[in-house]
Amino acid sequence: MSVPRKEGRDKVTGQAQYIDDMSLPGMLYGATVRSRIPRGKIINIAFGSGVPWDEFVVVSAKDIPGQNCVALIVDDQPCLADGVVNHPEEPILLLAHPNRHLLPKAVEAVSIDYDSLPALFTIEESERCAEIIWGKDNTFKTYLIEKGDVDSVWAKADYIVEGEYTTGAQEQLYIENNGVIASFDPEQGITLWGSLQCPYYVHRALRKLFDLPEEKVRVVQTETGGAFGGKEEYPSMIAGHAALLAMKSGRPVKIIYDRMEDMAATTKRHPSRTRHRTAVSREGKILGGEIEFTVDGGAYTTLSPVVLSRGAIHAGGPYDWPNFRLRAKAVATNAPPHGAFRGFGAPQSLFAMERHMDRIAAVVGRSPVEIRKRNFLKTGQTTTTDQTINEPIDLEGLLDRGLALADYHRKKDRFRQENASGTRKKGIGIATFLHGAGFTGSGERYLSSEVAVEVCADGGVRILVSSTEFGQGTKTVLCQIAAETLGLLYEDVEIAQPDTQQVPNSGPTVASRTVMVVGKLVQSAAQGIRETLTKSGSLRDGYSREEFRDSCRNYVAQRGKLVSWSRYRPSEDVFWDDEKYRGAAYAAYAWAVYIAEVTVELTSYSVSVNDFVALQEVGKVLHPVLARGQIIGGVAQGIGYALYEKVSWQKGRMQNGQMTNYIMPTSADVPTIRVYFEELGNVHGAFGAKGIGELPMDGPAPAIVNAIEDALSVPFDSVPLLPEVIFEKMIASSTNTSSPIPNGVR
Amino acid sequence: MNTSRAHCEVSLTVNGRPAKVRAYSMERLLDVLRHQLGLTGAKEGCGEGECGSCSVLMDGALVNSCLVPILQARGTNIVTIEGIAQGPRLHKLQQAFLECGGAQCGICTPGMILAACHLLDKSPRPNLEEVREGLAGNLCRCTGYMQICEAVLQAAGSEAGR
Amino acid sequence: MRSDPAGYELVAPESLQAVVLLLAAEPGEWLPIAGGTDVMVQYAAGTLSARKLVSLWNLPELRRIEVFDNEVRIGAGCTYTDIQRHEVLRREFPLLTTAARWTGGIANQNRGTLAGNIVNASPAADSLPALLVYEAELILVSARGERRARYVDFHTGYKKTQLAPDELIRTVCLSRQFVRYLSNARKVGARNAQAISKVCIAALGRVDQGVVEDIRIAVGSVAPVPLRLLQTERVVKGQRIDHHLVLRAKQSAVEEIRPIDDIRSTAAYRAAVSGNLVAEFLEKLAGSVSEA
Repeated sequence: MSVPRKEGRDKVTGQAQYIDDMSLPGMLYGATVRSRIPRGKIINIAFGSGVPWDEFVVVSAKDIPGQNCVALIVDDQPCLADGVVNHPEEPILLLAHPNRHLLPKAVEAVSIDYDSLPALFTIEESERCAEIIWGKDNTFKTYLIEKGDVDSVWAKADYIVEGEYTTGAQEQLYIENNGVIASFDPEQGITLWGSLQCPYYVHRALRKLFDLPEEKVRVVQTETGGAFGGKEEYPSMIAGHAALLAMKSGRPVKIIYDRMEDMAATTKRHPSRTRHRTAVSREGKILGGEIEFTVDGGAYTTLSPVVLSRGAIHAGGPYDWPNFRLRAKAVATNAPPHGAFRGFGAPQSLFAMERHMDRIAAVVGRSPVEIRKRNFLKTGQTTTTDQTINEPIDLEGLLDRGLALADYHRKKDRFRQENASGTRKKGIGIATFLHGAGFTGSGERYLSSEVAVEVCADGGVRILVSSTEFGQGTKTVLCQIAAETLGLLYEDVEIAQPDTQQVPNSGPTVASRTVMVVGKLVQSAAQGIRETLTKSGSLRDGYSREEFRDSCRNYVAQRGKLVSWSRYRPSEDVFWDDEKYRGAAYAAYAWAVYIAEVTVELTSYSVSVNDFVALQEVGKVLHPVLARGQIIGGVAQGIGYALYEKVSWQKGRMQNGQMTNYIMPTSADVPTIRVYFEELGNVHGAFGAKGIGELPMDGPAPAIVNAIEDALSVPFDSVPLLPEVIFEKMIASSTNTSSPIPNGVR
Repeated sequence: MNTSRAHCEVSLTVNGRPAKVRAYSMERLLDVLRHQLGLTGAKEGCGEGECGSCSVLMDGALVNSCLVPILQARGTNIVTIEGIAQGPRLHKLQQAFLECGGAQCGICTPGMILAACHLLDKSPRPNLEEVREGLAGNLCRCTGYMQICEAVLQAAGSEAGR
Repeated sequence: MRSDPAGYELVAPESLQAVVLLLAAEPGEWLPIAGGTDVMVQYAAGTLSARKLVSLWNLPELRRIEVFDNEVRIGAGCTYTDIQRHEVLRREFPLLTTAARWTGGIANQNRGTLAGNIVNASPAADSLPALLVYEAELILVSARGERRARYVDFHTGYKKTQLAPDELIRTVCLSRQFVRYLSNARKVGARNAQAISKVCIAALGRVDQGVVEDIRIAVGSVAPVPLRLLQTERVVKGQRIDHHLVLRAKQSAVEEIRPIDDIRSTAAYRAAVSGNLVAEFLEKLAGSVSEA
């Protein structure tokens, strides 16, 4: 049922309070002095003339009471650079002043002398190790996934198909820039309000930075204007900065980035390079293959091991690989660290997989549809990590339905004819894929998420979770789940603002886990309320909504609080081996077929997407409007990833860090996206739901690039695919006389 | 710098009410609305007139308030998102946004609704293409635009393009 | 927002005359600002070197469009929305009204002015090629009086114009002689709306008895200034349009322009697309012949 968004009215009336809408009495504004070079030693810092420095608060690494790091996985990233810098825009000093208008000039007036060191900017440069910029060999993390005996397949193959596929960085481009307000009290500790996804990540990071116990750090999430992963780990950095200034000044401090700073200094999607080598039978069946999957992590570890993991596990797509080897690595470069962005490694490796499937089709001489059907996973088969697919997913049926919805075959024929003449070439392309919901492997077990539901004096219930709303519908769907579980109306359920002082740690709001994992915990916590009320004798079987509300009111009046807790319990049948990197990587997969129809206009080499079919199996759709909104929004971001969103780098620094020059799609660029759902249920998710937040990010880029190849008969293996690149390749291929089928051997 | 010349008194109408502000002549209308008048509905998403989240109506014309010096707003009639609803009753566009999923994170929503108001004012029964064009100066990262366009079409009472 | 408002002064005189006198009294001291869609972006980025600004916004003398028998006069303060709405402009100068529709989004069209765009002198501005092919003339005003200048002479180099420090553009004059021309305008940007152009073309042509009687082609974003392709026009004028001529015209266009690699695009792409746009226009012109 599509109930109204919980916080919707505030949003459409302009009442919703985002962090920059808030201030505290006596508040200062903070700003960051950042490195201008990619790598080197700091020799000297001078404070230039023309600035009333005595009015400013200045913070450096020396002011950090605890550990100078942004706590995450490996803790190698300093909160403030101390003597060395490893990427452009690395934070070095913090300034604060009551007048926010004085800060930009003050930042400019700090002049820093460096002894530059050689820096690395690409995956290839990092691999060559001519310079070691991190660890022993510039490598943050590696994984090896093996299945069967891949070395034996080459001899039996009728075809060996190779390909190399690359993806560029992508900026999350939430319309609300990063921002926080911090206050510090020597007795009470730190309070931090901000635009963020994971209050407990920030909590942990501040504890470490300040060496404070749990109860002396309080983190509150304010209304958040978009996140998409860009506010998963980054807020720990800006929160640390604001809190340091608050500590030193004794006043609350607000730091809000402007767009230029946010784009240049914060995380982006990891650039990637994937190399495929696949042994294929005459009929087009994959006998086995090797994949080398590499991501560029930027200057510090941050979340790269996890991005790498997800990308590696998804690299084989929804296909049966009897024999398989994948080597994955995350390497260091001297760019601002790359980070979480919707999809989190899977858009990268699935782009490669789906492009490669079309390449296999071309080499073998079969259609993209046939090749996929021949290789789809079937119930009872295992993934590349040896996870058995237990649910009755029928990928061939799903593909057929998608093809029918897209009118694929008729269009493909018609386009072939129409493309014979004229300057507009049309094409249609497919991507079939999967996306695992929840944390990978033993991640959910490690998170050990906790949820509470409490009874309110007015007869309703309130949900207490650290899961945050940033547009995807957390508040709405979790309240719906509780209401449905208890037989209440949606209006009877509230949800508390994520405040670490008030709510338990239900885990980060990432990995498409909120509805599925946290929702299920909300369900069980709500059930706990009902059980207690029933046991107390105040609630009969088959109660009405009014009876429930009376029961709550009476309980509170007579006995005070009633809170029910629920903690994540790993399922017996979901087992993952962290050592061998094998087993059930995810409790549930959503499956999808995306089909893109494009027109390439050869006068300008511009691509427009004319029609887009997004068909996915998602367990259960709990809120049709929100679910559709997630898919359409994700597809739009995927269209941007494929065709528009290029980050121009120069020596590790983003050159086009303005909305004028970093191109995201407008309403005139996004076509009608047709969304369809199928529901197979999911025992591991609330009411059978699977996670869907990231799924729509995986399909658009390969579907679109496959469509472009269909239109032009020229293959492209990289995104973003800009008209300039199409132009160059078409000119090159028209002067090239070699075979149009690339890289087929035998 | 003669600061008394740099400050100015600007009288204007905001959401139907007279307002008088004292500000530097080059203060942005966006900042005056947000900081002096407490109308934080208009947002700063880019500061360069690209995202439209600062959009307001100035004498009936949609403008990016981050690009308007307050002095140029002297004597004008400004409408912000806070002035769209009729007291407790929501404007039909606001209602439609709620029903159709037009707002996700909400940060673009004030500007988007004002842009839609502006569109419907000039073109009361637009088709889908016209809605897309009319909103093309307002960026949304969450929705992919479709549910926004559907909300506008619903509010306009036209089924065209659905 | 990287500038401190306290460090800037904006004044808004009530009349054009008052503005002109101020510019005369302190030439080079006051930067005129109309709709602010260029100046305010620089201001927010902290790159605006001017500290004193004089507002031209909504001056009645500047914000009017007058229609005479032989010319239309567009006041310098007319916004892109004003231009799009004007019936005579839409009918007789579609290259300009089309470009107006492409310049930024609606909010920026409601504020950006034609003269502001001219003075900002970006070679990527969408409406400037239209002014070239319409052979626009400018009326410039200062305390010393008025003068009329051909628009084609106005840009002296990248982001440089003929404008004297005490001068303003008062009017853009368009001669009403293009009604029977076929017109073609095209903009190639990074996306469908609100994009700075990578290449844009404005072209007019008239064909009589199969022969090109007159042809005017101007391209933006391919040189330091908006460029009229005079050499290419010479190749085409007086000829019949056939496949061979189209190729020669394309070749000529590519030779005439001086595109660069920059943050938005590449020289090679701009050159190829310019050639394609010229060819597209000629094909459209040739097609119009068979309709006669």
